[in-house]
Amino acid sequence: MRHAHEFSSPRLRRGELSLGEKFWQISWSLVLLVTLTGCVGLVMLYSAAGGDWEPWADRQAVRLMIGFVLMVGIAVVDIRFWIRNAYTFYAVVLVLLVAVEIRGTIGMGAQRWIDLGFFQLQPSEVMKLALVLSLARYYHSAHPDDVRRLPFLIPPALMTLVPFALVLKQPDLGTGLMLVAGAAAVSWLAGVRIWVFALAGIAGLGAIPVAWQFLHDYQKQRVLTFLNPESDPLGSGYHILQSKIALGSGGVFGKGYMNGTQAHLNFLPEKQTDFIFTMLAEEFGMVGGLILLSLYVILLIYGFAIALRCRHQFGRLVALGVSTMFFLYVFINIAMVMGLIPVVGVPLPLISYGGTALLNLMMGFGLLLCVFVHRDVQMGRRGGFDD
Amino acid sequence: MQRDGDRSKLFTRRAAVLGGVQSLLVSALVGRLYYLQVVESDRYKTMAEDNRFNLRLIPPPRGFIVDRFGDPLAINRQNYRVSLIAEDILRRARTSSERDAAVAVTLDALGRIVPLSDYDRVRVLRDMKRRRAFVPVTIRENLTWEEMASIQVNKPTLPGIIIEEGLTRFYPKGPLAAHLLGYVSSVSEEELTGDPLLELPGFRIGKQGVEKVYDLVLRGQSGTSRVEVNAVGRVMDEQTTEEARSGREVTLTIDMRLQEFASRRLQDESASVVVMDIHTGEILALASMPAYDPNAFTRGLTSQEWQALMANPRSPLTNKAIGGQYSPGSTFKMVVALAGLEAGVIKPHQTVFCPGHMQLGSHRFHCWKRGGHGSLDMVEALAQSCDVFFYEVARRCGIDRIADMARRFGIGEPVSLGLPGERTGLMPNRAWKSATMGDVWHQGETLNAGIGQGYVLTTPLQLAVMTSRLVNGGLKVDPILSRMPTKPSPEGFLAANAADPAPPASMGIAKMHLDVVRAGMMAVVNGARGTARAAAIPVPGWEMGGKTGTTQVRRISMRERETGVRSQDELPWELRNHALFVCYAPESAPRYALALCVEHGGGGSSAAAPIARDIMLETLRLDPSRLRPGEEIPVSALPPRARALLEETTGAVAAGAADASDDAEETGDSGDTPQAR
Repeated sequence: MRHAHEFSSPRLRRGELSLGEKFWQISWSLVLLVTLTGCVGLVMLYSAAGGDWEPWADRQAVRLMIGFVLMVGIAVVDIRFWIRNAYTFYAVVLVLLVAVEIRGTIGMGAQRWIDLGFFQLQPSEVMKLALVLSLARYYHSAHPDDVRRLPFLIPPALMTLVPFALVLKQPDLGTGLMLVAGAAAVSWLAGVRIWVFALAGIAGLGAIPVAWQFLHDYQKQRVLTFLNPESDPLGSGYHILQSKIALGSGGVFGKGYMNGTQAHLNFLPEKQTDFIFTMLAEEFGMVGGLILLSLYVILLIYGFAIALRCRHQFGRLVALGVSTMFFLYVFINIAMVMGLIPVVGVPLPLISYGGTALLNLMMGFGLLLCVFVHRDVQMGRRGGFDD
Repeated sequence: MQRDGDRSKLFTRRAAVLGGVQSLLVSALVGRLYYLQVVESDRYKTMAEDNRFNLRLIPPPRGFIVDRFGDPLAINRQNYRVSLIAEDILRRARTSSERDAAVAVTLDALGRIVPLSDYDRVRVLRDMKRRRAFVPVTIRENLTWEEMASIQVNKPTLPGIIIEEGLTRFYPKGPLAAHLLGYVSSVSEEELTGDPLLELPGFRIGKQGVEKVYDLVLRGQSGTSRVEVNAVGRVMDEQTTEEARSGREVTLTIDMRLQEFASRRLQDESASVVVMDIHTGEILALASMPAYDPNAFTRGLTSQEWQALMANPRSPLTNKAIGGQYSPGSTFKMVVALAGLEAGVIKPHQTVFCPGHMQLGSHRFHCWKRGGHGSLDMVEALAQSCDVFFYEVARRCGIDRIADMARRFGIGEPVSLGLPGERTGLMPNRAWKSATMGDVWHQGETLNAGIGQGYVLTTPLQLAVMTSRLVNGGLKVDPILSRMPTKPSPEGFLAANAADPAPPASMGIAKMHLDVVRAGMMAVVNGARGTARAAAIPVPGWEMGGKTGTTQVRRISMRERETGVRSQDELPWELRNHALFVCYAPESAPRYALALCVEHGGGGSSAAAPIARDIMLETLRLDPSRLRPGEEIPVSALPPRARALLEETTGAVAAGAADASDDAEETGDSGDTPQAR
């Protein structure tokens, strides 16, 4: 930290870099890692289609390229733009989320998508970033003493619970939990005291019996199935059992690329989306699974490193908020396909087939890079210089 | 800045905690991965293999049935069927009307190559909706080679159309040995034994005749293949792990040439005939007419065809040679004669006077000849079939001694080929009557039994056995149809083939008495006043002996008395008398026995004897017990009259053979006509 401080130029601190200089500041090793992980996804999608670019890998490749441009583009935008517009961004996404509720397209039995003509947008995905940005701005502008006062925490709680309620109503339990967990992580990093979380946790547990009443039947079924997956191997436990069979039969070194019997004989459900990790670990074994996990861990370490090198609270919170969201994708998805938690429909980041999640993640990494590029910018409480 | 410094320190501490939590959770993922992919791996590997592979049965080809010279009676024929795999043409169709349209286009294209009925189209659409899209739906079976070839040539323009091959049972001679061979058909619910082979769709088992008796031998053993399937059961790959073992060939004692001739000769009548070797008991021909086409059962009968078979008054489904029971009539007189001779109640040359009737109490028993035969001895009585003579013998002998003798000759006894549908006839005695009717035996009934009427019932097979035992020196020969055991154990086959059949035991009847009866049978055909003298075999050295029989169909005698109808021709067909004839040949050294019954044929001498004579003539010409095919005496070497007799039928055989092959074609086609199955 200190080194960065000593050697960084005043120009850099004030954020007066030209576009070309910003490009040089981008952590290209992180960009390379993100792209590499995306390419692992393409390779798996090629296998999922039985050795064909169609119908998934080719479209995913296009999205990956769009995402790449978005990521680099976001990285070079002045970070003060993001802090100034954080609430606007949040409001727009919240409106979209409400719009989905009102006239969203019915898909997969849940109202999640809004049709923009050229793109099926999932506002709940984008909300993950918008929430992190707006919470980061809120905490950035606060005094350290503020966060110790309970009334101060009401706005961020509302900022979290309103989209959470909307997403839950769609219904999308996985995304809802990610929003709450992500918001909790940002609040924790911002210094909210530990007993607040304990209180919130107790309140949440107390709400479970009430929430249970509001869960859809299929969601209840998923939770029950999780508790005893092998009780009904051909019913709702089928997916998770087949996924475990695929993983287990893959062994240490796997069955070989495009030789996963469970995946290619269609015993494995949703192998191009939620269960793509299973296919990877079936075909490449535990070795392949660990390599992918290592890639994810390295990406997470980048997140921590960037956050710790950043000299303003907004950047720190955004960097670790985004990283934590990324971690939640990884953990929920992989734990789900391995039968550690109930099936909640969260994609494997950068790899699962799906537009919004991929673009959202690339934008997240764009923000992370943006924080890195603008790590030494001196920022006032409202996003100005040193005010 | 101080403020930010504090925040930074707090942030760093809390980031470390967050990082710690995340590390723990990632470790949990790694641990779980290790548990699944290393610790539990073997278990899941087994489960994955279970998922992946199904065992599939390969049906064995059914064994052939051949005649005594190895000529095929039942074989398997390559059956080509054209099927449609729905998914190949439905990729783009989303709605059900689009789907129907796509199928219609394909069927139209196919219909230009092979004729398709509207029923076929409806059935294909219906079957497609019931099955998964990758399961082939049969459009038409039993394609001709030309149809199959032209579909193959046009395959590029017929998406989704495939040709499948299978084996179907085929009976080259069609109806000519139908009852004997039986037929195969789909397994019914009650026939399931738990053997998975029986549950294979399209698997067929023997339902009648030899096909049923030897079913386990003919069936063979199923093979297995390991089939890789996907989650919805589609076959991805197949490896044969155990080849199916074909069923064994079953050799019958039948001579197909004789069987064919006999069937042809009977053709128009509701009749049956059995030809057997009097020494070995081998059945050389066993025909029953009218018959059905067993090939029709293999493909499945239409309900109309089934109704027609059931409704036919000449009962084409019954094997009358073993399942038809008739009063033996005068063909029973040899047994009565032997019973009398053996009992000593009449001497071989003792005469009895026939005034045309016999008075018993208040009842008068008529001879068939109104004026009577006058005085005659046993040989003449047999030759002229005098009823009074045998009334007298029966009266002196008593029913129990007649019944004992009849049983020794197989009448009322289960002489059996082991075929389904066999009946045992009936030989009444006093004990039987009191047991079944609770009534005493009347002497009038003895007289009736003496001329083979009344309660006595026999099958043509029993009459053939009786005749064999009469002329083979009184040996208790049993009829056989095949020397193979009916259970498929390998040791059984070896044992049966190694052991010579035990020579038939003597029944202990005096040769002198048998000679008298044989002389009587000789006189029936060759005597000046023999009842079958018109049916003598016109080849020197091949003379045959025989006995006519005419039996009243029981209902008529009542009717006759009421209406006074006498002439058989004036009666409706179903009320006419049955005509029977038993014979053996050649007289110099008997070898073959024959029994024949023409239902409602009228009289034994007019309706049965000429047919029997022709069949016996052909038997002697072919001499299947001694000669191999090709060694038989050519028709051209026979005297002109004999030649004319045979050519009349063999000409019909030749013409009929063409008919038969036409029939086969026709049945192949009609299998796809739109009648309800």
